[in-house]
Amino acid sequence: MAHSDALIAEDIEAYLASHEHKTLLRFITCGSVDDGKSTLIGRLLYESKLVFEDHLAALERDSKAVGTQGGDLDFALLVDGLAAEREQGITIDVAYRFFSTEKRKFIVADTPGHEQYTRNMVTGASTADLAVILIDGRQGVLTQTRRHSFLVSLLGIRHVVLAINKLDLVGYSQDVFDSIDLDYRRFAAELGIKDIQTIPMSALKGDNVTESSTNMPWYTGPTLMEHLETIVVDEGATGPFRFPVQWVNRPDLDFRGFSGTVVGGAVRPGDRVRILPSGTESNVERIVTFDGDLDEAIENQSVTLTLTDEVDASRGDVIVAADDLPAVADQFEATVVWMSEDEMLPARRYLVKVGAQTVGATIDHPKHRIDVNTLEHQAAKTLGLNDIGVANLYLDRPIPFDAYSANRDMGGFVVIDRLTNATVGAGMLHFALRRADNVHWQAVEVDRAARAGTLGQAPTVVWFTGLSGAGKSTVANLVERKLFALGRSTYLLDGDNLRHGINRDLGFTTADRVENVRRTAEVAALMADAGLIVLVSLISPYRAERRMARDLVGDDAFVEVYVDTPLEVAEARDRKGLYAKARRGELPNFTGIDAPYEEPEEPEVHVRTVDMSAEESADRIVERVLGIDR
Amino acid sequence: MTTLTHLQRLEAESIHIMREAVSEAERPVMLYSVGKDSSVMLHLAAKAFHPSPPPFPLLHVDTTWKFQDMYAFRDKVAADPRFELIVYQNPEAIERGINPFDHGSGVHTDIWKTEGLKQALDLYKFDLAVGGARRDEEKSRAKERIFSIRSAQHRWDPKRQRPELWRLYNARTSPGESVRTFPLSNWTELDVWQYIHLENIPMVPLYLAAPRPVVERDGMLIMVDDDRFPLAPGEVPEMRKVRFRTLGCYPLTGAVESQADTLLGVIQEMLLTTTSERQGRAIDHDSAGSMEKKKQEGYF
Repeated sequence: MAHSDALIAEDIEAYLASHEHKTLLRFITCGSVDDGKSTLIGRLLYESKLVFEDHLAALERDSKAVGTQGGDLDFALLVDGLAAEREQGITIDVAYRFFSTEKRKFIVADTPGHEQYTRNMVTGASTADLAVILIDGRQGVLTQTRRHSFLVSLLGIRHVVLAINKLDLVGYSQDVFDSIDLDYRRFAAELGIKDIQTIPMSALKGDNVTESSTNMPWYTGPTLMEHLETIVVDEGATGPFRFPVQWVNRPDLDFRGFSGTVVGGAVRPGDRVRILPSGTESNVERIVTFDGDLDEAIENQSVTLTLTDEVDASRGDVIVAADDLPAVADQFEATVVWMSEDEMLPARRYLVKVGAQTVGATIDHPKHRIDVNTLEHQAAKTLGLNDIGVANLYLDRPIPFDAYSANRDMGGFVVIDRLTNATVGAGMLHFALRRADNVHWQAVEVDRAARAGTLGQAPTVVWFTGLSGAGKSTVANLVERKLFALGRSTYLLDGDNLRHGINRDLGFTTADRVENVRRTAEVAALMADAGLIVLVSLISPYRAERRMARDLVGDDAFVEVYVDTPLEVAEARDRKGLYAKARRGELPNFTGIDAPYEEPEEPEVHVRTVDMSAEESADRIVERVLGIDR
Repeated sequence: MTTLTHLQRLEAESIHIMREAVSEAERPVMLYSVGKDSSVMLHLAAKAFHPSPPPFPLLHVDTTWKFQDMYAFRDKVAADPRFELIVYQNPEAIERGINPFDHGSGVHTDIWKTEGLKQALDLYKFDLAVGGARRDEEKSRAKERIFSIRSAQHRWDPKRQRPELWRLYNARTSPGESVRTFPLSNWTELDVWQYIHLENIPMVPLYLAAPRPVVERDGMLIMVDDDRFPLAPGEVPEMRKVRFRTLGCYPLTGAVESQADTLLGVIQEMLLTTTSERQGRAIDHDSAGSMEKKKQEGYF
């Protein structure tokens, strides 16, 4: 190992003692296979002598079999993971590698330069303090160099090493090095990257990786390893105190602590703190750990705080310095990185996780998309996989936050799909669009219950979903007539009619359909609030939006009616001639033909129109609606 | 204190991960394998929730073929009032008498461990299992997430794994899915040893060299730990001073000859040694990429 074998052999205790004080540096490497990135990482591991003999034997064997170095050791094979990608010869995900020297432990996030680069690089960069950007000395600053640098600056990495590699192939030329260095610095200045260390290198031959190169006497700076070992990266870790509550620690009635990780600043017993979003203030009583109480807890420490007052705080709340508060808001401008193959749908309801809390959220149409290669702002209606855009983010409830540029943990978020639970995006909060403390709901004395009372009915939204031509409007009309005859106050919102008015600006793309449903649901919810029984007749093909409508109205006032007519039957009827047109390709995105319909999983009423007349169906629905009355 | 050491950082990160795991899951469990990484995990769990006891039970998926010293150590842990230990043995494996000698290491591991784990998780309806795997153990693990999603069939699908940014972990599951959480992801073997030394964490004595009865099989030194071991005609176990670098089923775990009978001695040997950790385990040798295959089938 790079560790001094002599000391290990002589005095292991002294050796370990000296190693207890190592610090940790996390960095990311950016570049493509062609830049020699895997070779560089492989060499760092190899030269730290962290490659064990059996791995080395495998490396020698593999180098001969599949290596690209004519049978010489191919270091790239050391860092190559999953079987599938070994065959393809590319890396397709973020891999984490570890090595350590006398001075530091290192965690390297290795991300591919090819496919999926944005998603993977953003992921790897989110936990890195430093980025090593590789450039092929024969090529200079390329489009991908700009892309990598932009992502590095976007994720707030302050320190960059520009490794100008493969200089052995250009005769170790200082001119080549100088001109690339100059070129890069000009560009990096635009991105606001300040700390740049440029190192001339040959990862293949080992020049300036761990050993100073004898081939480039004109370079007097540090080797890559020297730089990584000595750079100071946590100079910025002195913001105001921030502590998201992860877990309320309550072993018995006498102890009530708040467990979490300090994500900003420091805290000491006696400090005045405020709990957000509630706004309650108290003082820190103790900093409790398994190893005894602490006098101080600093950034990155995981501790349990007790407070001097019996105050309420739960998971997701944030304990902060009372004299240096974060803002509390529910609407933000944010940069969003989309990570899913399903495009982002403005107005669809997602979940957003910030710190220890998960909140319902919608993302507005992007203000612009950023071309990661040119940094140009482009108009965009939505974001696809690996797109980056700036958009407004609306949350269901206000949260405490700091701008991402001030605190990564207080301003970074992930976006979660409510149905698949997959992480579909990530983002960075920039600023609040309005302060939530200025927005107070008007306290209304005449509320939904009062209005419903004068009408003598329980406000309800009956949501008819099904294919075009399934018979939704027919059944809904019948239901309305029957309810009206029974003296109920009703209103029918019909999808076709709404498209002539409130929704006339919308088409039939997925994004427009989602917005169509959202607006209709909002209107239905207002009408229910006014005390009415609202009948909505809308194809509403996606489960997520129907769930959104349900959430908006409230589960107990929502009746989902699935008007279930098989496609063949609806198409055979084709009263409006729409299916024929769709089949001729004149109506693109037609549900059931070339756009999906997601069947309800558990509708309150399931109407199978081939087995049941419209009359019977309407009776069943009325029964169900009046059932709510009782 | 102005900066944290790398071990303090790793410890704090592991604690953070464990707290997220219990907060996001409905029925979390910690897998307990009795090895040194499990010892470190127990220690971290005690720290993470102090002064509360860890809010999850421990699950030992037993094969009946572990070392006697491991059972003795496990029973001591079970007696600790802070921990609740569940031991699970696959009833089918008991009934069929599955063992490494007659059925081979592949079948043995698959039925006792892979199937046993799936059965236990389904039986107790655990939706999240905390395990001690590390990214440095094996190449295919370098890309493993800290929160790793498994299908209802407990399969690992590389395409469904979620991007993990900052300290934000998405542990949400759809019905039937479950999560494996690895708080030691960013630790290396040296970190684990150094931490055991620094924190004085108890571990199974098999990690320290002692005279033990062994026979040589396919180039591996195997300890004859009980009378179920079928000796070849004329084969006599030999007392040699050996220790184990990983622990599992005794017939499948190779010993190394060593004079290191103290923790410091072991760390010293480890630092000067030239073979990597998992080489002592028969399971990884079966075929190239075998760990990856096992993972897809649901082996932890």
